[in-house]
Amino acid sequence: MTVPPPVRPPEPSPGHVPDPPRPASASRLLAPLRETGKLFVLAAAVTRAIFRRPFQLREFIEQFWFIASVTILPAALVSIPFGAVIALQVGSLTEQLGAQSFTGGASVLAVIQQASPLIVALLIAGAGGSAICADLGSRKIREELDAMEVMGVSPVQRLVVPRVLATMLVAVLLNGLVSVVGTLGGYFFNVIMQDGTPGAYLASFSALAQLPDLYISEFKALIFGFIAGIVAAYRGLNPRGGPKGVGDAVNQSVVITFMLLFFVNMVLTAIYLQIVPAKGS
Amino acid sequence: MGIEVVVDGLTKSFGRQNIWQNVSLTLPAGEVSVMLGPSGTGKTVFLKSIIGLLKPEQGRVLINGVDMVNSPEREIMETRKLFGLMFQDGALFGSMSLFDNIAFPLREHTRKKESEIRRIVMERIDIVGLLGAEGKLPGEISGGMRKRAGLARALVLDPQIILCDEPDSGLDPVRTAYLSQLLIDLNAQIDATMLIVTHNLDIAATVPDNMGMLFCRNLVTFGPREVLLTSEVPVVAQFLAGRREGPIGMSEEKDAATLAAEQVNGGGAGAGPRTVVPQLEPSPGMPVRQAALRRRERVAAMMGQLPQAARTAILNSYTPTAGGARP
Repeated sequence: MTVPPPVRPPEPSPGHVPDPPRPASASRLLAPLRETGKLFVLAAAVTRAIFRRPFQLREFIEQFWFIASVTILPAALVSIPFGAVIALQVGSLTEQLGAQSFTGGASVLAVIQQASPLIVALLIAGAGGSAICADLGSRKIREELDAMEVMGVSPVQRLVVPRVLATMLVAVLLNGLVSVVGTLGGYFFNVIMQDGTPGAYLASFSALAQLPDLYISEFKALIFGFIAGIVAAYRGLNPRGGPKGVGDAVNQSVVITFMLLFFVNMVLTAIYLQIVPAKGS
Repeated sequence: MGIEVVVDGLTKSFGRQNIWQNVSLTLPAGEVSVMLGPSGTGKTVFLKSIIGLLKPEQGRVLINGVDMVNSPEREIMETRKLFGLMFQDGALFGSMSLFDNIAFPLREHTRKKESEIRRIVMERIDIVGLLGAEGKLPGEISGGMRKRAGLARALVLDPQIILCDEPDSGLDPVRTAYLSQLLIDLNAQIDATMLIVTHNLDIAATVPDNMGMLFCRNLVTFGPREVLLTSEVPVVAQFLAGRREGPIGMSEEKDAATLAAEQVNGGGAGAGPRTVVPQLEPSPGMPVRQAALRRRERVAAMMGQLPQAARTAILNSYTPTAGGARP
């Protein structure tokens, strides 16, 4: 039972053995790839855990309510001037081109397809995602997540899944709100400020826009909500050392989400324009 | 009866820093074991490795045939329900009251009715002496209370294996003594395997059946308490006496020159004969500790391999309590 113990274990010598030079550059170059890989692993784990019982309904409702309550008002307030800016810009451009009658369709398409999902995603990442990241991060450094895991409860299933689902659902619903408010704002500015005709505005709208435009808008919002939730959870679950690490993690989660959003938006838009024929063509 | 924990050839490093290597030991079922070690020798890391929170690079931790290092995550999660872990600072959920904290494992893992949960939770709260504080948030109570609440939460699912990370840190000597007694009483009641990580000498001397010590990236020794308490191994002797003279320095290890100088000055001499304090007995009214009976048989079987000093200490410990039961 008792191993005859050496007075001083032979291997470690006093003082530090100088580390052998290692190709540190290789591992540093690969670090972003490793992080990306871990992000995808978490995304896969969350997707799998979504379908695993028991579903954390209470946590989901709490998170949904929280995220909705911090994003609804800013989203509505941002979307009015945003719709207005697009309407004004498109309006003056189409006037120069002599195509005023198409102002309505053009500005509404821009709002619904591009502006609305992005506004929603930016707000959810900025208001909801940062809160999720800070919450998970501080739980992590206080060992709460370890304690949860020790009790045989998976933090991914218990905490991350309800949050990601909440960001997705809020994104989809909020996208509807922003689309409506943005369109109304555009209509108001175009018709009242630029002396556009209501009839032409609405007519061009139904001439150029089609139902798939709305589908892709909601689909984008769904994906963006997922990305915002996953990135916030990933950075929150892996903060680097102490309270400052949590602050950094929040910061990074917002920045990473923003970059991912614009990139994914570009990809989705390109695919959509390829596979869905424009109306009338 | 508790479950045996077999640790086999465990090695853990963080990056290039090796924490400990080739640690092998067996926590006998239902017995109380203590892992000693100076600060920073990876005692907490060892605890977290046993429960599978950290993944050592080599070796296995076998519990009921499940390897907590390499088995699939699902099996590990399932096995964790057998554990109760008391974290160093409690690790309570900051947004929940003490009651909800302690009820958390019950609500997650059982389908008990709320009245049933309330009964169990209040019982555990009573055991750790926190009655009246169950509505408070963890931020509103002292560190010692958080620790005890953490213990109550670890106990609520009737675990087979209880791991305690420094149960004494942040507690005054009196509370530490109460806690020691509480741990022994618990062991008598539920017969769980217990591992306590600490550097408190009182706990080390009075609570465990078995003791081990980590030092300098190695498991120095692990065996019946008497073996360590009478050990002449310099590291163990120095640690248990709390002396400055010996291989342990302010940083993890001393350099050879300081150690040599000490020996020339005869600093290591003042040890004197070591006495073995009797182990704590369960409080009156508690059942007999089955683990103590099992241990007696186990130790009797290995008597031949033990050092002379340990043998005498073991025999002495049998005489006052149990007349005629000597092996």
